[in-house]
Amino acid sequence: MSETPVTVFLVDDHALFHAGVRTELDSITDEVRVVGEAGSVAESVAGIVRTKPQVVLLDVHMPDGGGAEVLRRLRPELPDVVFLALSVSDAAEDVIAVIRAGARGYVTKTISSKELVRAITRVADGDAVFSPRLAGFVLDAFADRPGSAPISDPELDLLTPRERDVLRLLARGYAYKEIASELFISVKTVETHVSSVLRKTQLSNRYELSRWASDRRLV
Amino acid sequence: MEDVQERARETAVSRVPSSALAEPDGPPKLYRHRAGRAVAGVSAGLADHLGVRVIWVRATFAVLAAFGGAGLLAYGLLWVFVPQRSGEDASQPSSPKERQQAIGLLVLGIGLAVGGSTITGVISGWVAVPLAVALVGAAVVWREADESQRRRWRTGARSGVAGVVLGGGGWSAAVRILAGVALVVTGIGVMVIRSGSFDQVQFALIAVFATLVGVAVLTVPFWLRMVRDLGEERRARIRTEERAEIAAHLHDSVLQTLALIQKQAEAPKEVARLARGQERELRGWLYGPSGYGGKEITDGGGQLSAAIAAVCGEVEDSFAISVSQVVVGDAELDEPLTALVQAAREAMVNAAKHADVEEVSVYAEVEPTAVTVFVRDRGKGFDPDTVSGDRHGLADSIRGRMERNGGTVRLRTAPGDGTEVQLAMPIKTGSAA
Repeated sequence: MSETPVTVFLVDDHALFHAGVRTELDSITDEVRVVGEAGSVAESVAGIVRTKPQVVLLDVHMPDGGGAEVLRRLRPELPDVVFLALSVSDAAEDVIAVIRAGARGYVTKTISSKELVRAITRVADGDAVFSPRLAGFVLDAFADRPGSAPISDPELDLLTPRERDVLRLLARGYAYKEIASELFISVKTVETHVSSVLRKTQLSNRYELSRWASDRRLV
Repeated sequence: MEDVQERARETAVSRVPSSALAEPDGPPKLYRHRAGRAVAGVSAGLADHLGVRVIWVRATFAVLAAFGGAGLLAYGLLWVFVPQRSGEDASQPSSPKERQQAIGLLVLGIGLAVGGSTITGVISGWVAVPLAVALVGAAVVWREADESQRRRWRTGARSGVAGVVLGGGGWSAAVRILAGVALVVTGIGVMVIRSGSFDQVQFALIAVFATLVGVAVLTVPFWLRMVRDLGEERRARIRTEERAEIAAHLHDSVLQTLALIQKQAEAPKEVARLARGQERELRGWLYGPSGYGGKEITDGGGQLSAAIAAVCGEVEDSFAISVSQVVVGDAELDEPLTALVQAAREAMVNAAKHADVEEVSVYAEVEPTAVTVFVRDRGKGFDPDTVSGDRHGLADSIRGRMERNGGTVRLRTAPGDGTEVQLAMPIKTGSAA
């Protein structure tokens, strides 16, 4: 973990909520410093470009397009900024939308402040953060169902058995450290697995995900 | 002083009889009655409106019918222009005796009309019969139209031409309408054929047909506008209903809970319990398969994911802890899976009672050959060997239940290390969805 505090930008259209997060983040730790906040897509795009934070805490639901829209506008311009989705919604379509748009993790708003700080520092260090629910969604997306057609594209990366194990333990509510000791690997390896799952979710498996989404009439 | 006057006026207003309040614009409007009608309810409505007995109105119509059919004409015009009362009638339906009187007067009226016009020579007898036939046909069709309007009021608006014409009356309505049309056509046809040569009839028919086509073409814009207005009105009503449904739901759930929370602000545990229960319900309503967002998929009443969500909710409510559940895949519930869900519930209850934690994680995964459920807490944990023999929860409710249905239980626990109960139930291939 770096010595200088991680700079964080809050995006949320509920003033009460981001005021609360800001107070909590400022009071409980020196590892994180909030450099700005915004309540709409346009405001956040301008604010993030101006303040250049390391991590953006991103709300999924906002009036004019939501977190996915912020990601779409900023990802090409600012590839170094890391986005962590923080949402009250745990509907699969919301989660998958921001993850595919490039968020490095997804946590729900019921997360404790300590956990949130840990999640922020972790994504700032380049790892991915999954909540158990997100792990469940990804497993669901990659599940080989009895009815599903075999995947013929050899380029298509499926989850390796190891990655699947890691995701399962995540979904069962294990912390990274617990997963590491369970699978007799290092925490670093767990994080690598998780990051590669996320990369696959974002990039390689559009085909899988779009089929998964159309199965559920999400698109 | 002014105040007193104001209050006096208020009392005066509130004393206005309710019947007058129902009709805010001036004197009560004339409506046709459904209850107590013989033909179309014109007489009953008129009698009500004028405050006389219905039999006198009917007799007047019958007598007037003698003068060149004026009574019939008046009745017909009133039928066309007076709306029928929507909703349910307040007036009493007629007694059988009154009904007999009405039919007698009706026959008398028609007889007087035919007889009177024959005597005075306004219409010759030959014309009177087909005219009567046509009138009866028209009456049948109009009555059916009244009926279909009724049905529409009862069942809500209906779309499509068939819906407008038949009004949901089905085959009997169609038969009645066709019979009426046949009567009208026969009556008019007989009249026309008797009064002229066949060539003239042909010419007249072509002329009529051409006129009808012309009228239809000319009125197309009006029809279109009417249809559009109808559609617009329907949409507006659907929107209003939608709003009302959302408002009702929020009122019944969220607002009530918020009110309760305000009252119990000093009891944090209770507040948390209320908030959690409400959050779960609202989420189910917004995103759940049977909720507001996805009404189409309501047939899957016996899905594993729904059952697990339900038992997690029960445990959350009864033990004031939070249960975070993740379900991967889904399957139809059958007997072994129901046992699995019950066993999982028992495991959650154990965790809630003994582990001394705020949160329990539940993870269920449907694989091609088996369904696995993990119930995990980060609580005290225990040593399985030291559990006394009189504790039945794990032995009977979980292990016994699972083994009877062909499943297995694995337990991982150690003092201070939390507890995880792993339940596995094999499934028949193909039943996973």
